[in-house]
Amino acid sequence: MKHLLISLLLLMTAALSAAVIEVGAGRACPNIRTALERAHSGDTILVHPGLYAEGNLEINRPLSLIGIGYPVLDGRHLDEVITVNSPYVTVQGFDIRNSGQMSTKDLAGIKVLSADSVVIAENRFQDCNFAIYLSNTIGCRVSRNVVRGIIKEEQNSGNGIHLWKCAGALIEENYLTGHRDGIYFEFVTDSEIRGNTSEQNLRYGLHFMFSHSDSYHHNTFRNNGAGVAVMYSRQVSMTENYFGYNWGSSAYGILLKDISDSHIWKNNFEHNSAGVYLEGASRIILEDNQFRENGWALRVQASCDANVIRGNNFFGNSFDVSTNGSLVLNTFNGNYWDKYEGYDLDRDGIGDVPYRPVSLYAVVVERMPHALMLMRSFMVYLMDKAEKIIPSLTPEQLMDEKPVMRPLAI
Amino acid sequence: MKSIVQEIAPEIRFATMQHTTGKSAAAGNPIFRIIKYVLYDILQNRIVIGYTLFLLAVSMGLFGLSDDPTKGLISLLNIVLIVTPLVSVVFATIHFYNAGEFIELLAAQPIRRGVIVWSQFLGLVIALLIAVLLGIGVPIALYTPTATGLSLLAAAMGLTIVFIALALLASVFTRDKAKGIGVALLLWFYFALLYDALVLFILFSFADYPLEKATLVLAALNPIDLARVVVLLQMDISALMGYTGALFREWLGSSWGIVSAMGILLLWAVVPMLLAVRVFRKKDL
Repeated sequence: MKHLLISLLLLMTAALSAAVIEVGAGRACPNIRTALERAHSGDTILVHPGLYAEGNLEINRPLSLIGIGYPVLDGRHLDEVITVNSPYVTVQGFDIRNSGQMSTKDLAGIKVLSADSVVIAENRFQDCNFAIYLSNTIGCRVSRNVVRGIIKEEQNSGNGIHLWKCAGALIEENYLTGHRDGIYFEFVTDSEIRGNTSEQNLRYGLHFMFSHSDSYHHNTFRNNGAGVAVMYSRQVSMTENYFGYNWGSSAYGILLKDISDSHIWKNNFEHNSAGVYLEGASRIILEDNQFRENGWALRVQASCDANVIRGNNFFGNSFDVSTNGSLVLNTFNGNYWDKYEGYDLDRDGIGDVPYRPVSLYAVVVERMPHALMLMRSFMVYLMDKAEKIIPSLTPEQLMDEKPVMRPLAI
Repeated sequence: MKSIVQEIAPEIRFATMQHTTGKSAAAGNPIFRIIKYVLYDILQNRIVIGYTLFLLAVSMGLFGLSDDPTKGLISLLNIVLIVTPLVSVVFATIHFYNAGEFIELLAAQPIRRGVIVWSQFLGLVIALLIAVLLGIGVPIALYTPTATGLSLLAAAMGLTIVFIALALLASVFTRDKAKGIGVALLLWFYFALLYDALVLFILFSFADYPLEKATLVLAALNPIDLARVVVLLQMDISALMGYTGALFREWLGSSWGIVSAMGILLLWAVVPMLLAVRVFRKKDL
């Protein structure tokens, strides 16, 4: 009890001693750099509107840097704008522009280096190489930032939010566009990405590399160069996201490469060239998702095993499933397929004959992409019908034994 | 047919006289008068009414069958690609032979032969387009007035025009009605069924070669394929964009794809018509 009281008192004195330093024309401090030099731990620096082009600002003490009415921090395409080296720093409410770009160093709008529990919130970023860069941190939060990059070539562009070797990060409700990858994770564990919108990025809306035990949910990924990639990771949970309009020969709603033990649940895939592409994926459960009007709803390469695809709805996809081999080690069960033509005599809602989601034409196109021009030709229709009666080229084992007759309520 | 000829002959003579003396501006060009009579003649025909009702019943049935209008559109696409060319080509051929006496009568008047062929063509086009608009357009407008639905309607209309032109070309070549209908049917069989099988065969045989441009050219060489591509550009654009080929993507990704496809489809109507007029001019009636 005594200890608690003392610590409470200490906290109060700390709170009382925390000063507020105002920055702006005609205020106590004319520029941010001097304010940062004067500030003690726990102080708050309030920055009033204006243009501040002060080169690289380093924050070396735990303090709050708060912008009022979006003051502009301009990097003049030379410097990194803010570098955070201390834990417990908050950067909020700035309009950060024109970070520098270097081939040897990743310059960013805000970079956090080995500092934990940093909060970056409600900032706007424009034309930064990397907008937000977290390196070797634990428990940081990045929320409600608006990040707009200027589209360049892939090799000269940085990522919107870039995390390297972090844990316990929370990335929420940001808007990202015009960067190489919207959000990039490498060696990031136990983190959460929720409620973000990532669109029109050069490469991926979201990119996972070697990042385990993470979850992303309620995000929107739209019209990115190649969709979303989850690679070399395990135990990733992907829930209630929207993936749409990712068009291109290597554009996917989700690209899964060498990933295992993950869960893809209740997502919407609409108008993608490929909804989900699985390569070297193991033990993934794909359930309760909607696939609507994609080129290929699922592309399951023969290198995948022990994946379960169940309870999904497939509507109006050009091809439901395609694969590149005849080996099938995955389970399809209880999905709704709008192309299913079977019957249900016992009226239990489950079709009495299995559905084979890989059509002969899908096999032909897989081997000979030019044949795509013949899609929906009457001749292709005849070919598919003949194959349905006597399967010869399509993988015989790839079938949904219990296709449901009505669309599932998801 | 004879009654019509008797009925309208004085009218035509009157119109052409006016035209040659240049007295009337409104009734000036005889082509409109002739189109009017061709149109009256066709619209009274039970076959066109039956065709309209057939299209209407099929489209309504397909849309009514499933809750998802996209599924209805896919089935309707098959009907459009097979049935509209067939009906157009056969009907136009039969009509042209049946109108033989009327055409001879017109040829006896001071009317240019080009005008005669073009007016037959336009009369047929208007009549069958009305059938398509009522039979396919109305259900599409009711159930799925989307870009995909509109592209399907455009494809149906384009195919109708093209196959009327091909039918007229086939019929000016020969006097024998049976032969003419045979040629028209063969044309349909070739474009609707045989061609795609040949294309697939070519693609298989030359699979090791870069075929990107060749595929585009092959698609342009068949009006039914072109019409199909017009619809695919809306219906399956997600899959088409997955195709590996820069040229292809550039062409399809922009609005150029649909414009050029429709443009080439139009060429498929204009070129056979110009040929038909050329042949008909020198033809010994």
